[in-house]
Amino acid sequence: MKKGSQPTFEETAGTYIENAQLRRNIGHATKTIRDKRQLVVQELDDWEELREAGRQIKQKVMNNLDRYLLQLEKSVSKAGGVVHWAADAEDANRIITNLIKEKKGTDVVKVKSITTDEIRLNQALENEGIHALETDLAELIVQLAGDEPSHILVPAIHKNRAEIRELFKSKLNLKELSDEPADLAEAARLYLRKNFLKAKVGISGGNFAVAETGTVAVVESEGNGRMCTTLPDTLITVLGIEKIVPEWKDIEVFMQLLPRSSTAERMNPYNTFWTGTTEGDGPQKFHLVLLDNGRTNVLDDETGRQTLHCIRCSACLNVCPVYERTGGHAYHSVYPGPIGAILTPQLRGLDDRSAASLPYASSLCGACYEVCPVKINIPEVLLHLRNKVVLHQKKEGGFRQKTDPVHLAMKFLARAFSKRSRYERLQKMGRAGQWFYKKDGTISKLPGQLSKWTAIRDVKPVPEKTFREWWRDRK
Amino acid sequence: MSSSRDKILQRIDQALGNRTDSTDDVVERRYHQISELTAQEKVNLFQERVDEYKAATERVSEGELPGKLKKLCEEAGIKKLVLPPGIDENWLSELPKSMTFLHDEPQPLSKTQLNESDAVLTNCFLGVAQTGTIILNAGPGQGRRVLTLLPDIHICVIRQDQIVGILPEAIRKLDQTVSESGAPVTFISGPSATSDIELDRVEGVHGPRKLHVFIISES
Repeated sequence: MKKGSQPTFEETAGTYIENAQLRRNIGHATKTIRDKRQLVVQELDDWEELREAGRQIKQKVMNNLDRYLLQLEKSVSKAGGVVHWAADAEDANRIITNLIKEKKGTDVVKVKSITTDEIRLNQALENEGIHALETDLAELIVQLAGDEPSHILVPAIHKNRAEIRELFKSKLNLKELSDEPADLAEAARLYLRKNFLKAKVGISGGNFAVAETGTVAVVESEGNGRMCTTLPDTLITVLGIEKIVPEWKDIEVFMQLLPRSSTAERMNPYNTFWTGTTEGDGPQKFHLVLLDNGRTNVLDDETGRQTLHCIRCSACLNVCPVYERTGGHAYHSVYPGPIGAILTPQLRGLDDRSAASLPYASSLCGACYEVCPVKINIPEVLLHLRNKVVLHQKKEGGFRQKTDPVHLAMKFLARAFSKRSRYERLQKMGRAGQWFYKKDGTISKLPGQLSKWTAIRDVKPVPEKTFREWWRDRK
Repeated sequence: MSSSRDKILQRIDQALGNRTDSTDDVVERRYHQISELTAQEKVNLFQERVDEYKAATERVSEGELPGKLKKLCEEAGIKKLVLPPGIDENWLSELPKSMTFLHDEPQPLSKTQLNESDAVLTNCFLGVAQTGTIILNAGPGQGRRVLTLLPDIHICVIRQDQIVGILPEAIRKLDQTVSESGAPVTFISGPSATSDIELDRVEGVHGPRKLHVFIISES
């Protein structure tokens, strides 16, 4: 029950909300991308048909996941790649560490990959004396600052240009540097180019893998993805098992859905698709690590299963009223926002109290469902998980859970609502007791334990006369 | 390691329970698969969309290309030009002899040579009008992926008839590349860019900082 030392969402959300700079940065970012997304999505009159096709493709993948994984293994091997299977993070990190050690490499370049953040690959490699250099500009900023990403798409969005300038000056040993984004990007370009040219091993995630052909895709903007998947002799790609699509033809659906939902562009600058290895072009050794790490638990839940359809676009973050105010760090997970609120608890399990708090980090407004390019019904899964969390706590919670005021109140209310006479008696009691708290037709402060309820909302008092009473008395 | 494989496959089987193979189920593809644009509309849209990515575009005739290329090399100060195998030699006819041409065959160019070059000249496999995307598939006149990655300027030549309207048309045409030759495919939509700092867009991070597209159209 005590598993996971991370705080829950409600324990730290307040602190993040109070940080005005953070709120401004996140608010500006989410609004900008949200508005741009709307424009490029409106351009396509077949957007809904694309979403539906995307949903159907992913559903088909999940319903036949083992078959497609075996097909992918075969096609990648045939194209000259080597496939590894990793049941959990430890497994994956061991496989990757061994592959790098075989190459006698200590310098590794890395493309931004949330999957590798999920398994804490960088730390695992660092423990073995291998430094994995992040090459995405934002990930580099986060890495140099010893910080954590705060957004799926723009991980360093919580930092402003002045902060980044100071960071680069001290960590990259630069004497002169302005705070113009172009100059900051140039500094990163020069620093990283040297490293790209000498790196022997590249590590990437993957956006899609085509079971039919063995083709793997990396979708990006800066060109660091092309560098990492082209220049080193060895390429190691870590792929969540849910990232499969059946056929090459399916790429035409996702390559329309993803860029418009993610960076709000018609197409992002660079997309690389490679099929195993090609003689004389790019890495001559290609390793594909297929990662489970809790994904089969998600698959095991029929309602929750659709969470695996996610293509990590981050559109749901940008429309979420909760995320917009707290930012990504409050979620204490590499997957923040609405999608994180349903993915994290399913991946980590409900024994993790931090993860189990996330399904409550939502107002259930449904904006996330509306923008999701593969139509994941996030509110449905949120409610489903809240139910599971309550049942889990009832079962595992012990004495403390049984005496928890919310739990007791809910139990009491369930009993009160189960019989008309009980309910009406309670109404009468309420009417008698509320006069002291009622002010201008509403109740804004209740005593004792009930004050928690009114701390963030007003309560409507029990009316002088209920409808039934009025009906009875009307003659 | 094979035990992890068994473990994962077994977990999936357990999670999915009793089921039939539905890999043959048909996905409803009611989205547009063929564009209704005319050839002229396609080339116009392609140019407009590439321009929007802050790449430079120029519409030329076949005969004008060598002269325009010469002008570009002069203006951009291109002295060392990388040439992939199979590039159309006629395009180079007006370039000054003083320029250095870096051929990738018979000896492949080293990373250092590429890094110190000024530009690369390629053709491409396809263009997509709707998204302003250029697609490379390592064919003749394009070469290895690294050739279009390390030089600071990418000059790309596309013929009007290589431009398709929408992405599904391009994906279908790439079918043979991925399923038969297995050659790598690269989509290029403008020069590299980042918006990582305060969402301020900066063009030119790691790939070529400039993309110049010549569109050969015969009208």
